Amino acid sequence: MESVLRTTRLGISFGGLKAVSNFDIDLLDGELVGLIGPNGAGKTTVFNMLTGVYQPTEGTITLQGKKIQRKRPDQLVKMGIARTFQNIRLFKHLSVLDNVMIACNFQMRYSILGGMLRLPGYWREEAAVREKALSILAVFGLESYAEILADNLPYGKQRKLEIARALATDPKVLLLDEPAAGMNPTETNELMNTISLVRKQFGITILLIEHDMSLVLGICERIIVLDYGQIIASGLPTEIVNDPKVIAAYLGV
Amino acid sequence: MTKSTLKSYAVNLIAVMLLYGTMVVLSESGVLNKYYSGILVLVCINIMLAVSLNLTTGCLGQIALGHAGFMSIGAYTAALFTKWLAVSGAGGYLGYFGGLILGGLLAAVFGFIIGLPALRLKGDYLAIITLGFGEIIRTVIENLQFTGGAQGLRSIDKFSTLPVASAICIISVGLLTTLMRSRHGRAILSIREDDIASEAAGIHNTYYRTMAFTIAAFFAGVAGGVYAHYIGILGAKNFNFTRSVEIIIIVVLGGLGSFTGSIIAAIFLTILPELLRDFNDYRMLVYSIALILIMIFKPSGIFGRYEFSLTRAIQYWIDVFNGKRKPFASVRSRKNNKETED
Repeated sequence: MESVLRTTRLGISFGGLKAVSNFDIDLLDGELVGLIGPNGAGKTTVFNMLTGVYQPTEGTITLQGKKIQRKRPDQLVKMGIARTFQNIRLFKHLSVLDNVMIACNFQMRYSILGGMLRLPGYWREEAAVREKALSILAVFGLESYAEILADNLPYGKQRKLEIARALATDPKVLLLDEPAAGMNPTETNELMNTISLVRKQFGITILLIEHDMSLVLGICERIIVLDYGQIIASGLPTEIVNDPKVIAAYLGV
Repeated sequence: MTKSTLKSYAVNLIAVMLLYGTMVVLSESGVLNKYYSGILVLVCINIMLAVSLNLTTGCLGQIALGHAGFMSIGAYTAALFTKWLAVSGAGGYLGYFGGLILGGLLAAVFGFIIGLPALRLKGDYLAIITLGFGEIIRTVIENLQFTGGAQGLRSIDKFSTLPVASAICIISVGLLTTLMRSRHGRAILSIREDDIASEAAGIHNTYYRTMAFTIAAFFAGVAGGVYAHYIGILGAKNFNFTRSVEIIIIVVLGGLGSFTGSIIAAIFLTILPELLRDFNDYRMLVYSIALILIMIFKPSGIFGRYEFSLTRAIQYWIDVFNGKRKPFASVRSRKNNKETED
């Protein structure tokens, strides 16, 4: 299988603190990989480097053979890296549909004047994107909520909407930052099914951070364990749970 | 274009035509005397200023205190342009409209120049920078020769009659409304909602921040041009800090992010001081108390983020009439449903 996203010796320091160092991963096409580790291990920092929020101080990131350097987050989204956030970040006071349509913004071409005067391009592209947004919402069972404000959705559905918004950017790689945080077991189960479904339907590569081990072990094909900014183990779920280093990191033995 | 969009287009078009028609008839037939139609022109100018400022302050979520600065650039540019045309023998309404657009464009250029570095800052910092900008513009105008300096720019042709001013106002508000309902408008709103998430959704934040700022400056410039040709004499003092604050009060009072709110507030706050002329000494006192009361009882402004929709209102009353709905029963819950058309 082809490599989609690869990092080599990726690292970042804030002042004298090395938050992450020597981070090497190679995500293959269509893979579902879990990134776990104790609190403060640097998982979200890795996500922030991959999405351009932080500029890495060492190492390289390669997306489908192309090196990524000094790109803004929005440029990386256009190149195919989408993400969700640990604490839900929706456009709360906009409708569910608008939330998804905003993510399609860069796929539309019509100009400012075209929008102001509602030239033919406006009608064509708006209709197409609306259709697309509704079909993505349908995957998550959210189509009947399309006109509701995102803020009024129940918690679990807000999480889903965030994933839907990320998918609307047509990503090659989807980074999910603790998608099951704050969910009860039923919701987590539902989420697991949704993630598997998304992967099948959209054929994308997923890297996810999660603390819920049942979710990670249940759906991830490969797991990477991070502690103090370093990868301490990586491999199949069954290997990881028995790895003494991982157990030590989690239990502090 | 679906059937319902067509319907709401028709409804709104008819309503706008009716409104405009009444104004033209009233002012042409002399029912409205010069004083009243003058106030209505001021209302139109304030509506344009408030709605354009609402684009940056309400929709983009950045407080800007230099709107009078952009207005003055537009006012002086348009006035100087029509004066220059008049000297060379041309002029008339074509020159006036040309002047308005030119004034808007120059204001937009300044908006862009100020916006590009200033919008890297947020909140209070941006407010202070734009405040400083407004004062700089005022001082520069006061000290330049060709703007008439402190004596002001005199004898500007008064092209801005009520029919003209209201038409320009309607067009401006219409363009800004359709802008906000386009992909660009949604992008601007998303930055207000969460600028980290908007980046993660592929929105180029700096581009859209600058764009909103520039467009707001453009319409403020046009409003300034209309103002110049209404008042007939320009002095830099007309565009001081107080003026910017007046506009921001309208926006906050109407509701941040609600264009219809800005329009209502602009009408209210322009007419109120005029109504209170009889109580001359207490005028500003009553004005201030009215502001305080509204802010206490409706802190999010008259409309909040809600937009009044004529189509929706008509549908509502049709439903009431047919017995499908009780009047005023569910207004509150309906506020959460944003409609697509105004």
